[in-house]
Order: sequence, then C-alpha cells, then structure tokens
Amino acid sequence: MSVHAALTVDPVEPAAVLGCVGGSGDGAVILFLGTVRDHADGRPVLGIRYDAYEAMASDVLREIAGEAADRWGVDDLTVIHRTGELSVGEVSVAIAVSSPHRAEAYDASRFVIEEIKKRLPVWKKERYADGQDSWVQGTTPEPVPRS
Amino acid sequence: MATVTALFFAAYRDLVGSGSVAVEVPDGATVADLVASLRGRGAPFDGLPSEPAVAVNRSYAAHSEPLRAGDEVAFIPPVAGG
Repeated sequence: MSVHAALTVDPVEPAAVLGCVGGSGDGAVILFLGTVRDHADGRPVLGIRYDAYEAMASDVLREIAGEAADRWGVDDLTVIHRTGELSVGEVSVAIAVSSPHRAEAYDASRFVIEEIKKRLPVWKKERYADGQDSWVQGTTPEPVPRS
Repeated sequence: MATVTALFFAAYRDLVGSGSVAVEVPDGATVADLVASLRGRGAPFDGLPSEPAVAVNRSYAAHSEPLRAGDEVAFIPPVAGG
C-alpha cells in the first residue's frame, strides 16, 4: 500500500497523479479532479486564489489520506491540493485511488474530498469578472482535543 | 509571563493586517485567555470572533488548552479547501 499526500504551487498533472496508484491486484482505479468553475451563485468568476497554513495543511492532508486508506483498505491513494492563483478550468485538487473492487475506491475518494472541506486549513478567494473578490464562506473545523 | 505567536490566515489576516503577532500571556493562560486578550486590544483585533477555531502547534485545539512559551496559535477561519 502506498499513501501520498501533498500541497503544491505547481499545476496538477492528472496523468501523473493517476500514475501513482494501481497494481496487478487492483480491479478499480479512479481519479477525482476538483476544478475551478466559471461562476459562483450566478456571478462570473475569473479565478480563485488558494491560501494555506502550509505546515499544518500538509499534516492534515496526510492524516486524511491515511484514515481513508486504513478505513477502506484500499491499495494506493494519492491526493494533491493546489495553492496559489488558479484560473477557470485548472485543477485545485486531485485524488487517485486503487483497490481490488470499486466500492472501496469510490468511498475512500469521497471521504478524502469531504474531509478536506471539513478540516484542511486552506481558504479560497474568488476573483469576479466585475473586478471584485471575496473569501469563500467555509466550514468551521471542529476542535479536536489532543490526547 | 510567556510569549506565544498568534498566526492569522485568509479573512483574519486581512482583518488584522498581519500574518503573525507576538503576544505576552500570563503563565497558565489558555487559548481562551489569549483570544480575550487580543480582542481586548480593540480595533482591528476586536473584529475577530470570540470563539474562533484555533490550532496550537499545528493541531486543532479546544479553547481550554493551556499555552506554553513559544506556542504557535493559529486563528483558523472557516476552511474552504477542495
């Protein structure tokens, strides 16, 4: 099993992410891409800037990936999250998973993107066609008491 | 007294006008004490929520968490990754 998680300022190459997973024992290989869309609540969007608390976000992303891989027993899982300035159509997050059967791959992939939205310390600022910009309303992470 | 570093991101960073502020807190102070002390400075700090999500040394923490000298306390606005 290989689990890989990283933040990057460089454009995400879907084929490279896909290439990180899969083996002869796998009957399912899936790739999820989150991309920058050209509208938000009916307002034209030109792009999004992603800011991160990098030191913590790397740890949290690894944690999420590890939890997903353990919980569904998938073979390989790679998740890459982009930071910096992105234009419409660019990939903001890529999740590749391989497992013997499809159900586990889909569930693990879904878990990773949902947990990213709940607890990864990353924020996005939308740039609109009218020249304005604003931070996207997010989700308040639950404080997790440390043992 | 102990010095801790308060970190601000995204909307909080815009509000405060800085990504990092050194704060002196009394020995035995908790996250809640730090938040109250910062907000007590007045503008712009009083614009921070009274119970923001925080991370102490890169782990999410409760407001009852005690602080030690050198701790890094990040104020985490609602997250929006993905």
